[in-house]
Amino acid sequence: MDQSSAQTTAHNSDPRQAWPSPGLTRVPYRVFQKDETYEKEQGRIFQGPLWHYLCMEIEIPVGGDFRTTKVGDAPVVVSRDHDGEIYAFENRCAHRGALICLDTHGKGRKDFSCVYHAWTYDTKGNLIGVAFKDGVKGKGGMPETFKMEDHNPRKLRVATINGLVFGSFSEEVPPIEEYLGDEILSRIERVLGRRKPVIIGRYTQVLPNNWKLYMENVKDSYHASILHLFFTTFELNRLSQKGAIIVDASGGHHVSYSQIDPDAGKSEEYAKQQLRSESEYKLADPSLLQGFDDYGDGVTLQILSVFPTFVLQQIQNAIAVRQIVPRGVARTDLNWTYLAFADDTPEQRMVRLKQANLVGPAGYISMEDGCVGGFVQRGIAGASNEEAVLEMGGALAESSESRVTEASVRGFWKAYRTHMGI
Amino acid sequence: MDAYRLIVQAQSDYIRCIDDDRLEEWPDHFHGNCKYVVTSAANYREGLEAGIIFANSRGMLQDRVSALRDANIYERQSYRHILGPPAILSESGAEVRTETPFLVARILQDGDTDLFATGRYLDLYRIEDSRAKLQERIVVCDSSRIDTLLALPL
Repeated sequence: MDQSSAQTTAHNSDPRQAWPSPGLTRVPYRVFQKDETYEKEQGRIFQGPLWHYLCMEIEIPVGGDFRTTKVGDAPVVVSRDHDGEIYAFENRCAHRGALICLDTHGKGRKDFSCVYHAWTYDTKGNLIGVAFKDGVKGKGGMPETFKMEDHNPRKLRVATINGLVFGSFSEEVPPIEEYLGDEILSRIERVLGRRKPVIIGRYTQVLPNNWKLYMENVKDSYHASILHLFFTTFELNRLSQKGAIIVDASGGHHVSYSQIDPDAGKSEEYAKQQLRSESEYKLADPSLLQGFDDYGDGVTLQILSVFPTFVLQQIQNAIAVRQIVPRGVARTDLNWTYLAFADDTPEQRMVRLKQANLVGPAGYISMEDGCVGGFVQRGIAGASNEEAVLEMGGALAESSESRVTEASVRGFWKAYRTHMGI
Repeated sequence: MDAYRLIVQAQSDYIRCIDDDRLEEWPDHFHGNCKYVVTSAANYREGLEAGIIFANSRGMLQDRVSALRDANIYERQSYRHILGPPAILSESGAEVRTETPFLVARILQDGDTDLFATGRYLDLYRIEDSRAKLQERIVVCDSSRIDTLLALPL
């Protein structure tokens, strides 16, 4: 063992946790495979000082409205209290741990009562009632030392940005504006600011892979025009188009966007590579792609991710948020919420319904993302000691005018390693 | 021939066309200005319009087939549809509304077979020239969860 690797081993008390190199261009496959990594993520990522998407504000518009969701493994109730504010708390009774709320969503709640022993919580998540607290006929009951205020489910900090509700189990999490930074904030504002969104559909895609493989895929602008033939052939996303990648300073958040450049002809690079993307393909009903300029800026695609597990998507007029929820080492829920806007004309709404075909579990351009993570998970099954290579576009995790880069994937690992301490 | 028998025949032909991998014939089961939507019970109940698949023309169905054949990447797979008997909900001239329960097993290339989807077809058939074709098919899946991806139509 040479000196430098000896130091590395000494630095990482557990050699299984050691990263193979100090740079960002290698990812050991074992991080997608190991139970101990998954468990550590639950504490450091999902209950650490980060913000996690919970729901849309419009899903709980009035006092008494609630939705249940998950932050990593932890079930969470998001509730609009009668004071008008949004609260979030762990969906776990402080008594014996049963779910407090069994419904996915609802309205008109005054309180939440655990079915097991009827411990009752207000819509802020405070324990307000314990059945038979004082016993029956002077017998039984809780001791006098028992104080209800000492027994609440864990509460999350809550922040909203342009109608997106985020929560964090950590008291140390920075304010969300600081967490996201100005560039990411302005790109969220671009899609959702000053408009009233409406929900037009919700689906869950169950991915046969580790959650990080999906997040890598979201941040990977290199694959988009190669794996997704539909996208490329209709010039929705050619790497030679105008566009760029924004990677924030933490590395964890990113934006990839593109604008159709009507002057750009067929790129020679594509022809040279003889990629599948060059094949001929015509639509029988081209109305699918006849959209409108939603934002007046000619940007036809903007994929934005917030570390660790949130995506805001504009693909032409298909607007959606995606929430990524790990369900085990090799299983992930991808929750799609399709959006429209209250001021859409009927024609614009129809465009959104048609362009929803581009995304989701049967999406012309996202179907592959549902299975490609599984191809990796299966491909690496016997290769825990091998590594992925992330050298496209160099070794850094910084913004780039070229999208032929893995910069934002490297950024993901930069942020991940910071939070995991590896 | 009575409408019920024409519809049962049409539904059998429809699922055989998909399960036998004759997808190119699938759009022929619809009228030109048809509607075909795959949604879930929860979305349908809440009146949420966006489908997993949404088409309002036979051309869009043809495009779905072309994309599956030529553009999209997914593992080789097949379905086995099992339908219950259709319930006739209403009849008006040549138009018949029916509801039909379905089960779909998905068979992957390695032989893994799973119950992929259950639900009901909410159909509007229009009978022309002794053939029942779909004016509208809303595929209401019982669950909003789709395993990996939905490639072949339901």
